[in-house]
Amino acid sequence: MELANIEKLVEKYLNAETSLQEEATLKNYFTEGNVAPHLLEYKFMFTYFTKEKDETYTKDIELEPKKSKRRNLQWLSVAASVVLLLSVFVGKNTYDEYQERKEAEKIFAQVSKGFKLLSTNLKKGEQAVANLYAYENKINKILK
Amino acid sequence: MNQSDFLKIVLPFKDKVFRLSKRLLVSREEAEDATQELIFKLWRSREKIADYRNIEAFAMTMTKNYCYDRLKSKQASNLTLIHSNYKEKDTSLDKKIEYRDSVNQVHKLIEDLPEQQKIIIQLRDIEQYDFDEICKMVDMKPTAVRVALSRARKTIREALIKKHNYGVS
Repeated sequence: MELANIEKLVEKYLNAETSLQEEATLKNYFTEGNVAPHLLEYKFMFTYFTKEKDETYTKDIELEPKKSKRRNLQWLSVAASVVLLLSVFVGKNTYDEYQERKEAEKIFAQVSKGFKLLSTNLKKGEQAVANLYAYENKINKILK
Repeated sequence: MNQSDFLKIVLPFKDKVFRLSKRLLVSREEAEDATQELIFKLWRSREKIADYRNIEAFAMTMTKNYCYDRLKSKQASNLTLIHSNYKEKDTSLDKKIEYRDSVNQVHKLIEDLPEQQKIIIQLRDIEQYDFDEICKMVDMKPTAVRVALSRARKTIREALIKKHNYGVS
């Protein structure tokens, strides 16, 4: 293709007035063979455009979304939080029970200690009274 | 429409969907996800699209809208996931490095264009759709499409000239 023609087409191309066919002509000119130095920038552009069209989607196409997996995960998280909540609740209950029992045992120990003290003291008093009676008997005997 | 019918319709333009997604979302992984998502959407509405005359144009419009949404949600959550992981295709060794740089420069220049011009240059200069189809896909009037395309082409060209004249000497 003549250079003058290409220059005309390039002008149209910049104004977005070229047809697809004319653009194909430009593409051929700029990607093959020698390009006039003052039009070098178009070589870069058209080379890039051509190269970009080679890129393909290489992954497999799936028609059924993997949503089920995601949903399972969601349910799993819900279940996990319920379990956690329950375990905290149950744990708190047993802990409270344990605390209560401990407290009760403490009180029981204290109370039984108190009773023991009372009983020993009472025994002491009884002994003392018994002694007193014995003493009195002796004195009465002597005095008689 | 059964599975093989559907694939017969979709397969010819899946690469175009992928390339447009990549142009807008930049990263390859995101573009792959977008393409897969789009194919799901088409499959789900397969009964409806069976009557469409131009499924491809419809798919391209959907791709554009989907990518816009992705970009918006990314901006909203302040996640700048966009990263340029543009891989250079192997060019033969005898070609000059500067030449390869200039071709890659075009990629960066397109990346800097406004979204609308990006889409239009992708659809026209890379995918070679005719103007009627592009107008449908981007929902714009022909004159507006031409103006945007002209602007994009001129911007790229001027930047390349500038680089050549003042850049690497």
